[in-house]
Amino acid sequence: MTAQTSSMLDQAREVLLAPGGLDLDSLDAGLGHAMGPGIDYADLYFQRSWQEGWSLEDGEVKEASYNIDGGVGVRAMAGEKTGFAYSNQVTADALAETGRTASGIVRSGQRLSSASGIQVHTSARYAGIDPLTGLSAEDKIAMLKQADRVARAVDPAVEQVSASLSGVHEVVLVRASDGTQAVDIRPLVRFNVSVIVVRNGRRERGSAGGGGRYPMSRLRDDNVAERFAREAVRQALVNLEAVDAPAGQMPVVLGAGWPGILLHEAVGHGLEGDFNRKGSSAFAGRMGERVASPGVTVVDDATLADRRGSMSVDDEGTPGQCTTLIEDGILTGYMQDKLNARLMGMAPTGNARRESFAHMPMPRMTNTYMQAGEDDPEDIIRSVDRGIYAVSFGGGQVDITSGKFVFSANEAYLIENGRITAPVKGATLIGNGPQAMGRVSMIGHDMELDSGVGVCGKEGQGVPVGVGQPTLKLDELTVGGTES
Amino acid sequence: MTQAFDAAEQQALLETRVEAALALARRLGADACEVGASVDQGIGVSVRDGDVESVELSRDQGIAVTVYVGQRKGSASSSDASEASVHDVVEKALAIARYTGEDPAAGLADAELMARHLPDLQVHHPWPLSTEDAIELALTCERAGREVEGIRSSEGASLSSGEGVHVYGNSHGFLGGQRGSRHSLSCLLIAEDAAGMQRDYDYTSARDPRALRDAAEVGRSAADRTLRRLGAQRLSTGRMPVMFDPSLASGLVGHLMGAIAGGAQFRQASFLCERLNTMLFPEWFSLVERPMEVGALASSPFDGDGVQTRDNVFIDQGRLASYMLSAYSARRLGMTTTGNAGGARNLRIEAPLESREALLARMGTGVLVTELMGQGVNGVTGDYSRGAAGFWVENGRIQHPVEEFTIAGNLEAMFQGLVGIGDDIDTRGSIHTGSWLIDEMTIAGG
Repeated sequence: MTAQTSSMLDQAREVLLAPGGLDLDSLDAGLGHAMGPGIDYADLYFQRSWQEGWSLEDGEVKEASYNIDGGVGVRAMAGEKTGFAYSNQVTADALAETGRTASGIVRSGQRLSSASGIQVHTSARYAGIDPLTGLSAEDKIAMLKQADRVARAVDPAVEQVSASLSGVHEVVLVRASDGTQAVDIRPLVRFNVSVIVVRNGRRERGSAGGGGRYPMSRLRDDNVAERFAREAVRQALVNLEAVDAPAGQMPVVLGAGWPGILLHEAVGHGLEGDFNRKGSSAFAGRMGERVASPGVTVVDDATLADRRGSMSVDDEGTPGQCTTLIEDGILTGYMQDKLNARLMGMAPTGNARRESFAHMPMPRMTNTYMQAGEDDPEDIIRSVDRGIYAVSFGGGQVDITSGKFVFSANEAYLIENGRITAPVKGATLIGNGPQAMGRVSMIGHDMELDSGVGVCGKEGQGVPVGVGQPTLKLDELTVGGTES
Repeated sequence: MTQAFDAAEQQALLETRVEAALALARRLGADACEVGASVDQGIGVSVRDGDVESVELSRDQGIAVTVYVGQRKGSASSSDASEASVHDVVEKALAIARYTGEDPAAGLADAELMARHLPDLQVHHPWPLSTEDAIELALTCERAGREVEGIRSSEGASLSSGEGVHVYGNSHGFLGGQRGSRHSLSCLLIAEDAAGMQRDYDYTSARDPRALRDAAEVGRSAADRTLRRLGAQRLSTGRMPVMFDPSLASGLVGHLMGAIAGGAQFRQASFLCERLNTMLFPEWFSLVERPMEVGALASSPFDGDGVQTRDNVFIDQGRLASYMLSAYSARRLGMTTTGNAGGARNLRIEAPLESREALLARMGTGVLVTELMGQGVNGVTGDYSRGAAGFWVENGRIQHPVEEFTIAGNLEAMFQGLVGIGDDIDTRGSIHTGSWLIDEMTIAGG
């Protein structure tokens, strides 16, 4: 056991177990209740989180909040069946009750015993620290006020500035009947700036933000208040000049970084294990087949240092890893949790994630990105006669069964005769995942990850994720503007 | 349900907890304070391919404290309602209020606005449902759907049933409690043809389990909705009339409410800034709020500030008659609260309604949109561009399904261009409306 794992285990014991009179040995008894007759796997997930948020409006930090959440989730499985219960209380009685409730999903069968816990060894992908303590309240307020000052100084068109700083300190402990015992301490911080600009009666918004799994003090050291304030104003001013977006099919060039949301929607969700086991994904049964243009390599990588979507271990105690989903256009991997991996005869890939102890884990993405190609981004733009260059997006959605996906640009430009010309108003782009990936014709050498703002929603559960990609050209995509 | 839940006992417990937290906050130095506390309990089962997939028992609780020290504000909350934890939460809120800046608009709503009339609006209808019965209902629903010819497979049927209590109190001496329940059943099915797979779903949801639709009927309807999507074609790009299905038309009302909410107004983050008393819709259209409607989804006699809710008219014969205000946003705008802290409660359309057939006939040739995708709505500019699927309509008759296109326009022009509203009212949410026919939008297709 490494020194860090040992100290994290001590912390987890202290904040998760000790307050309710539990210790590591009492987890065996807790698992015993969940391993009722006919149950072949059970796990306990202890979590406590401390969250704070500060927000500025009208030049003042008028609101701040603090939230403490915690409890234990107990899951019992039999074949494809899952029983799940949770409690805000973490005591021996609560463990017994939730365990019996969860295992009540089947009432008969052999009673198996659970393996004794062995601590999972994993490489830390971020420091197991409390990210909230590195900055004083005065420092936090000063950062927010700086964002306000900088934004207002850039241009007199800036009418409103709002800025927010938030952070979460989370401690989790997983203990499963297969012997898994894992702890993780997950910091997560974020800074956001949003501005409203008004000129000649026209009103527009711009926003920028980012963060990751590191102390709040790094946000100050990286001077994000100034950077995001300038970026938000820049985007808003661009949009003040925007003309109506074109409507119809045309070549689309996507900028590097955050536009990787394309991959998240068009490919990522369709490669989650649960949808493929059930055959409901447009990618189901296509392992080993060509699903994208040659040159397209997409990975899901939980191991990137300090990134928003990274996981040292997942929420089932499996170490986070880098999984190649598509290699040179060929489908090579799914993202798996233990349940779906077992039922598909595959190995778990460290993609089991849950919003909290009060939610069941599912296969989810971590940081999903496309690897760099060889094209010069300027050549990519030059290759387009008439099309769209989109550099920032608001969000997206996919129907994994039909493969239809959308994502909405909030900063985009016309490309005319190989040159970027006027900015256009935000428009939704729509396509079919497998088809769109086959229309990738140029891949830039400028791979970038996003700044750390992504939240992915699935079945009502939100988890932080990362995306990334180089500049990309899709030969044809439907652009939902108003100029037909 | 296997867990016992005595709502009256829970309400009494929460009331005691809220009063204790308020007293503690005052004792520790708050000039004014407000506390909300809730407990919710429920069961969720999902079945797939004729067998149980998951059974989930939930019980959530929380307490949230806001304190005011002079004109400074601090908030803290916890899911742990033990005495020690509540003490920590109050202290944390007070600690925060030492750092936040003075806000002249901060504070509780005025004392004389506190709700005094607190009738039972009959929104609490617990369902004494065993896990076995819940599973059986979900299985019945899914089976009925899977039996329909052409259905390839199922993503499952789910039943959820829950009830809860929410108590809000503040240092004016207001203390209000609300018990509520919500039950729903849904089914998601998959069909396939040579062009690929399609999925769709249907659901029923109500406060009273007796108001739920028949389980088998929900399954069959999910199957019909899925099958009718097979053979979908692309649309060509152009401008045409668009009819929004009722479940999507309520989203347009939601965009309107977002734009006339006090917060969007004082932040100037709305395409409807300073448009009070101007015509936004045709004059035959009115939009009202009925927060005291007995048994309705969002009914409550008091709002998030403890203020007595009231019938509001937001759109009066086409004219924007009122913003949607809480005590805070009202103060920011120099107005009076409309009892909408926490949002609108039970929005209803007042307009001449037409049958769906009549509305389709009026459209003639255009697209009926039954699904929207993505978040392409800009509340600051009103620009609207979303992914869609639905049906191609010619001469007032549905011809074939269409998919992978976008519809785009501007909300202000869409509101002005509202041609008619259907009598096919969807009552599952808190916004009740029928289909909306909009005169013209831009379609981008293949």
